[in-house]
Formats: sequence, C-alpha cells, structure tokens
Amino acid sequence: MTVSTKISYADVEVGTELPAQTFPVTRATLVRYAGASGDFNPIHWNEKFAKEVGLPDVIAHGMFTMAEAVRVVTDWTGDPGAVVEYGVRFTKPVVVPNDDKGAEIEVSAKVAAKLDDEAKTVRVDLTAMSAGQKVLGMSRAVVRLA
Amino acid sequence: MALDQSFVGRTYPPTEPYEVGREKIREFAEAVGDANPVYTDPEAAKAYGHSDVIAPPTFVFAITFKAAGQVVEDPQLGLDYSRVVHGDQKFAYTRPVRAGDRLSVTSTIEAIKSMAGNDILDIRGEVHDEAGEHVVTAWTKLVARAADGE
Repeated sequence: MTVSTKISYADVEVGTELPAQTFPVTRATLVRYAGASGDFNPIHWNEKFAKEVGLPDVIAHGMFTMAEAVRVVTDWTGDPGAVVEYGVRFTKPVVVPNDDKGAEIEVSAKVAAKLDDEAKTVRVDLTAMSAGQKVLGMSRAVVRLA
Repeated sequence: MALDQSFVGRTYPPTEPYEVGREKIREFAEAVGDANPVYTDPEAAKAYGHSDVIAPPTFVFAITFKAAGQVVEDPQLGLDYSRVVHGDQKFAYTRPVRAGDRLSVTSTIEAIKSMAGNDILDIRGEVHDEAGEHVVTAWTKLVARAADGE
C-alpha cells in the first residue's frame, strides 16, 4: 500500500508554522560532511587556511546548511519526495569554532502561499539563523501535499 | 577581468553516468544527521511509492557540481576558482533521486554578469536518468570575488 505525505493540503493555511528545529554543527560534523559530499575545500576544516583567505574561522559548507534547513520540511511531510522545488541564497557563513560545542543552525518555516489547489502544492519559506545572523536568504521550498 | 559574455548559452557535453548507490545515500544521510528511513530502508521508501531508497533533496549537488567543473575549469572561460564562493542554489525535481539511478548531467552557462569587479556565473545542470527522463534541474550561482587591488 502506498501512503502519501503526512500533511493534507486542506489542513494548512497561509501562515501555518512547521515545527522548528535546531541543528548542531561541530568540526567533526564538517569533516564527515566533506567526506560524504566530496567537498574538501579547506575553508571547511583548516583554520589556518580559512583565516588566510579572510574568514573569521572555519565555516560550514553552504550545502550542509541547505541540507539541514530542508529537514524542517521533509520531517513535516514524512516523504522527502514531496519536495518539488528548493532554493536558497547563502547570505552569511556559519562559523564553527574548534570546541566541543561548535555552532547551531536554527531553522523555522511557515507556509507562505497555497499555490495550486489541483496539484496541492504550497510554498514554504524558511529562516535559518546561526549566532544571531540570518545565514540563508530567499530560502523557499515548493512542496506537494496530500 | 570580466568574463567573456559570448560564453552565455554555451552547453557542455553530458557527463558519463553517475551510479547512485544505496550505501552512498546512507553515508550522506548520516552525515547530515537525518534518520528518515526512506533514505536507508527500501520498505519505508516503498510505503511512499518509491521503487527503492531515495536520496535527500540536496544529495544531487555533488553530481551537478562535479559536472559544473567542466565550466569552472574551462581554460577558455578563465574563471579564477580560488576566488569563487557559492552564491545561490536551487533545485527543481521531476522525481527524487533514488538508488540504482544512472545520472548524466548537461551543464549550460545561463548568465555571466559583472558587478563591482565580481564575476557572477549562473550554471544550469539538467540531470537525466539512463532512459533519458528528466530527474532534476540544479541552478548554481557562483561569485568570483574581485582580485585584490582591482
């Protein structure tokens, strides 16, 4: 039997908030993501290199932040296949200090528009913050609901 | 130095197929800390109508960005990659990427702009499966910051 997404189009309205989540990120997280994604740019693991190119410290991969942010959407729908479109702008880096705590990425999201009553698609606008700064801009997903 | 506008619209040859492995998807899902079973358990994926485990939405970037290397490293274009940062990223999906897919990417330069000494390059990667069906399109905006002293 095929089940559809957990969320019904009829049950959401413009302004409906998705459950917010906070994602921790340490140096170890970045090393692991580098291996899994194949992005070995040293600004994501080598403090000396990062500072030489003018960054305050090692920064997270933008694509790591993008991957975490959309989890607020995919955890909401259950089926990540419900995501039809997803885009972000990388506005500020997530700076990851070399300690046990690292950094945090706080993601909130809400339904910004009901796009199509036939296709049951909605636009979800996401906000991602780290250390009090907005790290993603224009962060939007189009999602097909049940 | 501003990039040559005549490269706008240039399309590069499709890449050799990348075969999406279940364990590579698992590795990626674990790296982003995502325990959704549709990434690791074929039965959970089937419950949502997928024929095998699917990949997280941003997984395909590793494939499209590697393909964009054809553009970024094109000596005729002359982009200084050491100064490049990732500006924007967008995906539009026909269906999710899933294990067993053999994906080929066709990269096109959509736009070249110059602003305040920065070169801005928009690359579109069209991802197709082995049957030639569209899977996802990835748009990547790269910004090459102005060289010091310019």
